[in-house]
Amino acid sequence: MDFFDAFLNPEIIATYLRPMVRAVWVTIWISVLVVISGLALGALLAGLRAYQKRWLSWPIVLFADLMRALPPLVLMLILFFGLPSIGIILNDWFVLYLILTLVLAAFVEEIFWATMTSLPRGQWEAGAATGLSFLQVLVHVIFPQALRMNIPPLVNRSLTISKMTAYGSVIGVKEIVSVAGSAQAFSGSATPLTMAALAYLIIFFPAMLLSRYIEDRFHYEH
Amino acid sequence: MENFIDAFFNIDIMRQATPLLLKGAWVTLQLCAVVIFLGLFGGLGLALLASSKSALLRLPSFLFIDIFRAIPPLILLILIYAGLPFVGVRVPPFVAVCIAFLLNNSAYFAEIFRSGIKAIPKGQMEAARATGLSPAQAQAWVILPQAVRNVLPDLLSNVVEIVKLTSIASVVSLSELLYSANMARAVTYNSSPLVMAAGLYLLLLWPLVRVISRFQRGLSISH
Amino acid sequence: MTAAQPLPTLEITALEKRFGETQVLRSIDLKVQNGELVFVIGPSGSGKSTMLRCCNRLEEPTSGAIHVNGKPMLGIPRKELDRMRLQVGMVFQGFFLYPHLSALKNVTLAQRKALGRSKAEAEARALEMLDKVGLKHKADAMPSELSGGQQQRVAIARALALDPKVMLFDEPTSALDPELVGSVLKVMRDLRELGMTMIVVSHEMHFAREAADRVVFMDGGVIVEEGPPEEIFGNPKSDRLKAFLSRVSGEAA
Repeated sequence: MDFFDAFLNPEIIATYLRPMVRAVWVTIWISVLVVISGLALGALLAGLRAYQKRWLSWPIVLFADLMRALPPLVLMLILFFGLPSIGIILNDWFVLYLILTLVLAAFVEEIFWATMTSLPRGQWEAGAATGLSFLQVLVHVIFPQALRMNIPPLVNRSLTISKMTAYGSVIGVKEIVSVAGSAQAFSGSATPLTMAALAYLIIFFPAMLLSRYIEDRFHYEH
Repeated sequence: MENFIDAFFNIDIMRQATPLLLKGAWVTLQLCAVVIFLGLFGGLGLALLASSKSALLRLPSFLFIDIFRAIPPLILLILIYAGLPFVGVRVPPFVAVCIAFLLNNSAYFAEIFRSGIKAIPKGQMEAARATGLSPAQAQAWVILPQAVRNVLPDLLSNVVEIVKLTSIASVVSLSELLYSANMARAVTYNSSPLVMAAGLYLLLLWPLVRVISRFQRGLSISH
Repeated sequence: MTAAQPLPTLEITALEKRFGETQVLRSIDLKVQNGELVFVIGPSGSGKSTMLRCCNRLEEPTSGAIHVNGKPMLGIPRKELDRMRLQVGMVFQGFFLYPHLSALKNVTLAQRKALGRSKAEAEARALEMLDKVGLKHKADAMPSELSGGQQQRVAIARALALDPKVMLFDEPTSALDPELVGSVLKVMRDLRELGMTMIVVSHEMHFAREAADRVVFMDGGVIVEEGPPEEIFGNPKSDRLKAFLSRVSGEAA
């Protein structure tokens, strides 16, 4: 059949299975790194903002606004094509990792900050009254609550940004889309593109179901 | 420093690129208008199906939503634009983008609408039915208006995401803002047009991002 | 009266607090001796809660001095303040247990992080304190699983576990359903028996009458009158106190 021949040709699937699997690993690997460092950086920024020092909050707010308002693809191109002209050459995968981390951190910072300002002031006071330092209250009292209340949005945002690893294809990172793209050009068949879509389904469909489950479970009762 | 300004903030090059970029920005705006419209209505329809009592309607809607939330829009776009010609269907870039965005955005909007509908207490529907409204009327005049108001911040932030997402249309050579800027970069061997494009995106989206932050804070305080 | 005044456990001297233009506290002087239970009453907005919150500097005084066992609370570096706060336990109207931690963990957190006690030591101490407030069996419960009265008792245990020199109670029973008030008052009564120094801001006049060593009446940011409960309730001198007492008894009736 015409359709299957174009989109699900078994011979082509067999030929490109191995490079595709390798590309899947690249995608997963970069996604995991992005999620870990994005969450950590976002939490750190929210923590710094809690000190309510103008010279600290101001740049953080600016950073969060920029990273949320600019398309990541634009940022990646600026970094990838612009930096070499001032003598800085970054790996393609590092540009992808860096931009996605910064974008995720910006969203995480905003999510945390909104919660931190909404927790009753008594939570801060109860900590202070028992002799905990500001940092200790932040780490042991405020952050765990912010994390718990925000598991659904944090999971959703992490998944959305993980899927943006597909943008790596634009700057030549050997992830799923880029490997599928060159395989398509090479084989003259659309099958590698179907494989790419299926690869994402295999990775992210369970993640979507998981996030649905989490949303139901952690729906914050208050 | 001079080097840096020359590479990213070159006024001459920016001036040169301005007409091209403005044309690109106009295409981006048109594209946004179309895909947001499509996404909102597709999403609303899907959300109603996904909230229905009949499993026959509900399950396929959920499947649709989860599949198209799992696949990155970029791969959808490439599949439609570069894949369909293999079965003899050739679509222009603009149409390819619209189809890909319809599939992806409907899924995201549907999730938002659905969570809004789910949050409306059952009593609202019962009260509406008790006053003689049909299920469809109750849905349209009682449930949906409340649901939409509740999820307004989420709708707004999804709109921001879509506007940013239109930049992927550059991959299929649709001459929107990023494509134009990247063209100008390639021609001038200078990244200033990209920075300028970033500036235009900011002009459009920064106010919205501010509003969203205000929203989040306002909501969390009222809790 | 006594010849050699012992060092007060808590001493407030010439305390002033302004919020912008409004003067909330005016030249407050108060000495609380070891083992004393001082009850602070007064209409809402009289500044009694603010005074209490100044004692551990949750509210920053505008001027004046506060000493705990002769050591200053004001004008000390941040680190020193954290340490001084360990000596001043505080119980809030809204309990403010940490909702993500079990009752036991609520009580061990500051012991471990602020006092540096070992896990075993902190837990042993926490269980002892939970036992004291009658909630040892609820050690593993989350705050959301506890009634308001139980939450407040855990909050008391949380403060007590740090071995404070003085306990401040800021309307500890105001947020509780009437039937739960008794359990919290009982714990406070037990504490008094054990010789804990306490300052209590509350509207529980019966409790004041029966348990307080001294009652302080505040109005308009100043201490209007103070004395033993029999005096304050039985023989009020100022018109403001008389008016307040008749209003309160009117409400109670």
